[in-house]
Amino acid sequence: MLRYLIRRLLAAAAILLVITVITFVIFFALPSDPALLACGKTCSPSRLAEIKHSLGLDQSFLTQFWEFFKGLLAGRDFGDQSVRVHCGAPCLGISFQTDTPVLSTLLGDFPADLSLGLGAAVFFLILGVGLGTLAAVRRGRAADKAAVGLALLGVSVQIYFVGLLLLYLFVDKWQILPASGYTPITQDPSAWFQGLILPWATLVIVYLALYTRLTRSSMLEVFAEDYMRTARAKGLSAVKVVLKHGLRAAITPIITIFGMDVGSLIGGSAVITESVFGINGIGKLAVDSVQNSDLPVILGTTLFTATFVVLANVVVDVVYGLVDPRVRLA
Amino acid sequence: MRAADEQEHAVSTTQPAGEHLLDVRGLTKHFPIRHGIVFQRQIGAVHAVDGIDFTVAAGQSLGLVGESGCGKSTTGRLVTRLLKPTAGRVVFDGEDITHTPENRMKEARRNLQMIFQDPYSSLNPRHTVGTIVETPMRLNGINPPQGHKKRAQELLETVGLSPEHYNRYPNEFSGGQRQRIGIARALALRPKLIVADEPVSALDVSIQAQIVNLLQDLQREFGIAFVFIAHDLAVVRHFCERVAVMYLGKIVEVADRRTLYTGPRHPYTHALLSAVPEADPDGTRRRERIRLAGDVPSPVDPPSGCRFRTRCWKAQERCAREEPPLVRLAGSTDGHLTACHFPEEPSVAAREEDIVLDPALSASGDSESTSS
Amino acid sequence: MSLLTSPQPADADPAAAPFLDVRDLRVHFPTEDGIVKSVDGVSFSLEKGSTLGIVGESGSGKSVTSLALLGLHKGTRAQVSGEIRLEGRELVSLPEHDMRALRGRTVSMIFQDPLSALHPYFTVGAQIAEGYRVHHRVSKKEARDRAVEMLKRVGIPQPERRARDYPHQFSGGMRQRAMIAMALVCDPELLIADEPTTALDVTVQAQILDLIRDLQEEFGSAVVLITHDLGVVADIADDILVMYGGRRIEYGTVHDVLKEPQHPYTWGLLESMPQITGDVERRLNPIAGSPPSLINPPGGCAFHPRCTYKGWVPGGRCATDRPELLPVPGTGRHLAACHLTPETRTEIRGRTAAGAAQ
Repeated sequence: MLRYLIRRLLAAAAILLVITVITFVIFFALPSDPALLACGKTCSPSRLAEIKHSLGLDQSFLTQFWEFFKGLLAGRDFGDQSVRVHCGAPCLGISFQTDTPVLSTLLGDFPADLSLGLGAAVFFLILGVGLGTLAAVRRGRAADKAAVGLALLGVSVQIYFVGLLLLYLFVDKWQILPASGYTPITQDPSAWFQGLILPWATLVIVYLALYTRLTRSSMLEVFAEDYMRTARAKGLSAVKVVLKHGLRAAITPIITIFGMDVGSLIGGSAVITESVFGINGIGKLAVDSVQNSDLPVILGTTLFTATFVVLANVVVDVVYGLVDPRVRLA
Repeated sequence: MRAADEQEHAVSTTQPAGEHLLDVRGLTKHFPIRHGIVFQRQIGAVHAVDGIDFTVAAGQSLGLVGESGCGKSTTGRLVTRLLKPTAGRVVFDGEDITHTPENRMKEARRNLQMIFQDPYSSLNPRHTVGTIVETPMRLNGINPPQGHKKRAQELLETVGLSPEHYNRYPNEFSGGQRQRIGIARALALRPKLIVADEPVSALDVSIQAQIVNLLQDLQREFGIAFVFIAHDLAVVRHFCERVAVMYLGKIVEVADRRTLYTGPRHPYTHALLSAVPEADPDGTRRRERIRLAGDVPSPVDPPSGCRFRTRCWKAQERCAREEPPLVRLAGSTDGHLTACHFPEEPSVAAREEDIVLDPALSASGDSESTSS
Repeated sequence: MSLLTSPQPADADPAAAPFLDVRDLRVHFPTEDGIVKSVDGVSFSLEKGSTLGIVGESGSGKSVTSLALLGLHKGTRAQVSGEIRLEGRELVSLPEHDMRALRGRTVSMIFQDPLSALHPYFTVGAQIAEGYRVHHRVSKKEARDRAVEMLKRVGIPQPERRARDYPHQFSGGMRQRAMIAMALVCDPELLIADEPTTALDVTVQAQILDLIRDLQEEFGSAVVLITHDLGVVADIADDILVMYGGRRIEYGTVHDVLKEPQHPYTWGLLESMPQITGDVERRLNPIAGSPPSLINPPGGCAFHPRCTYKGWVPGGRCATDRPELLPVPGTGRHLAACHLTPETRTEIRGRTAAGAAQ
């Protein structure tokens, strides 16, 4: 088990390295010049060269990559003799735009994504599995059709539409909720919760559909299994047969997908939700950095998100090994 | 008669050794067990078939019996080269086909056909029956004088289907009829040997007999030799003049059918025969009762020495140390080979005391039906 | 007429009703193509301590019958009618809640394929203990101990350790033993075994059949054994019920049915099956054709399209009149549903015997 974990983590590190290289290459293939952007409207060639030098852009591709990689493992120093900034390992560089270390920006924005992603995930998992189970049990009847219809609706609507609609209804028209946004939970738990209700609801509506459908089909498959008949033959109640024997088997494939979704959500993939509700999260940071050709931030956000997705993968496999006794991790 | 040049492994006492249609020596197949994500390491192997020798003469039928994991189906696939052996030699019709490259297997394939167990998955559902039966002829460039279609229809008639079935699809047929289509396909090339892997075990009892009779008729009419693989000892006895018993990748006993079913020497053959239920309420009382303990061990890590020793009531220290060779024992007839250090008496009659190794079973001889 | 429901003499003791008495059981499944009459008027009875073998090919209705005994068609689309009396209590009309109290405790079942019939995600011990706790108010620990004790009884070595294993870690034979342990954990009075050995190897099959017989003697339960294998019933059953197309065609003691079979279908089953002893030169005598449709069964005797001897019945009655299940003259408890007269049957059997001898 431990050996398996170590091997998986090494493989994950290798994947992250590949992602770093690809991001670097893509950045250099792009026509935009971050130095030019930083230089402003009245830019003289000498000033441009100066900026290029201070950003390290005058060095070769390989040197830049090596510097970045070294910083990641051992930290690095930025600036010239006059202003020297140390960036400790793991150093993701310093933003071209704001001159702050990328990692601290990321960590500053991370709680927002964590709150948004985890909170929504808890809701859509419970509701989705519940609805899906209900639909499977009532297969072909009204409850099933309603759940399936709801799921279809959820798949077909877009986040900005749902998000803006909810904002309009709950904040502007009925004024039930305060303007949404992110308040750290340490600062004001009630504001944290109220500000996140609508973003959560938006994500839940979109993801719920997927989970309802997954659970329904997985459940129906399990219902046809011989061991469900065995459970009935023992004299178990219908509820117990479904919730204990059925759900236990049906949930296993869902765990895989859930893990991946949570990983990418808290890694900043809920960009649209963030921007609709004005939450400063990693998704928004990533979009801004691309617009500003801010290489260190682009790299930082990409790596950060990738790390979560890759780690979620490992976690999912380990969890799978725990819930399915037939899977041996070695 | 030809005792002098008769080999120990000869398939029949009446056939000279040189005239075997199929000659298998030291045939071995190990399936590697691999682990790992990117770099797969081999951590073991399933010893599916572990060095077996047998021969089949033209027109003869050899039965391979044994329980799951004994390697009988793998043997069938090795002989027809659907699998590549790990070691050993397969000589068919005088030609060593063990390592013949795929593109040069045509000639051998023509004479060496296979019938499969599952009549539902072995026929392509998108092809008509006609296409299925004709394809082997076309692939092998055989152009019968009467044309492919006529020939296919004749074959359908031969196997008891109607020529009108030519344009139909496999899903329109029952299991027994599908097995007939599979047989017609195998017959299309007029093979010299057919390997039949559990050809009737997926069928209902009443249908099994139809297929067994059909195969017997074909064997007699066209002189086709058979390797007949089945777990049903009664069917094998009915179909095969000669029967080999396999256990965990080895042949433990081989003899002509009468000898094997009435005078076996290997304890496993005794156990196997005694376990066969008989549709005669008095039958079980006449026959010996042997109840082994537990199941067949894993072929990944087979026992040392004699592989049956872990379930054998006669096992001694020597059985773990030395692997018994498959030889003619003192007192056995010619062509009756047994791999056992401590063989049994050649009789299957009820013993004074039942051999019951299963701890959950009572050893008292109350095995007979309580109908009276 | 109890004569038609039981091979026992009708007037044996009217006061004592049989332990299990099934009368005119019908299980019909409505489908888009029509009503599938899987079981269509089946009756039989069974006493405690004895074994009934229900024999038939696929589609004969034998498995559907067994599920009806457990009331497992309740809550599905199946339409069940007729009577199933277990110690005088009628089960067909019993509400699901009351039936549930019987399942696993009074009536329990061993299924064909133990790998798919056991839950892959729960340990074997937990699954057996669960069956015990459904019907007994005991602690988890007590139920666990009971499970280990049952595993030990069915011959699983190191039961304490094996109870913590999952089904996939068991071999096929051991899995079926675990299934048997689960079925017997509440000492059921009626045990239904649906093809309990079909998925097993022959030496393991012999072990399992002997085990079922030993346990039956020990617990005194009644056993219904569903199988397609006449060899298996000959080995273990007291009575045999032969089913064809959802109906009974022959019913009697093992000895009567196998030694003096009366119905051409039973003859066919026996003659189409090679034997481990006897003449290898004797050609198998298969039953022509294939099993009947259950939606539009053949008129008259369902077996007549495949029957070699329908010509011996005058007036083509086989295709028009359904033969009644009648006692074979000279026997009290042997019933057969065939228009052939006893004399004709004797004549035909004499001929085939002579043919086999040649």
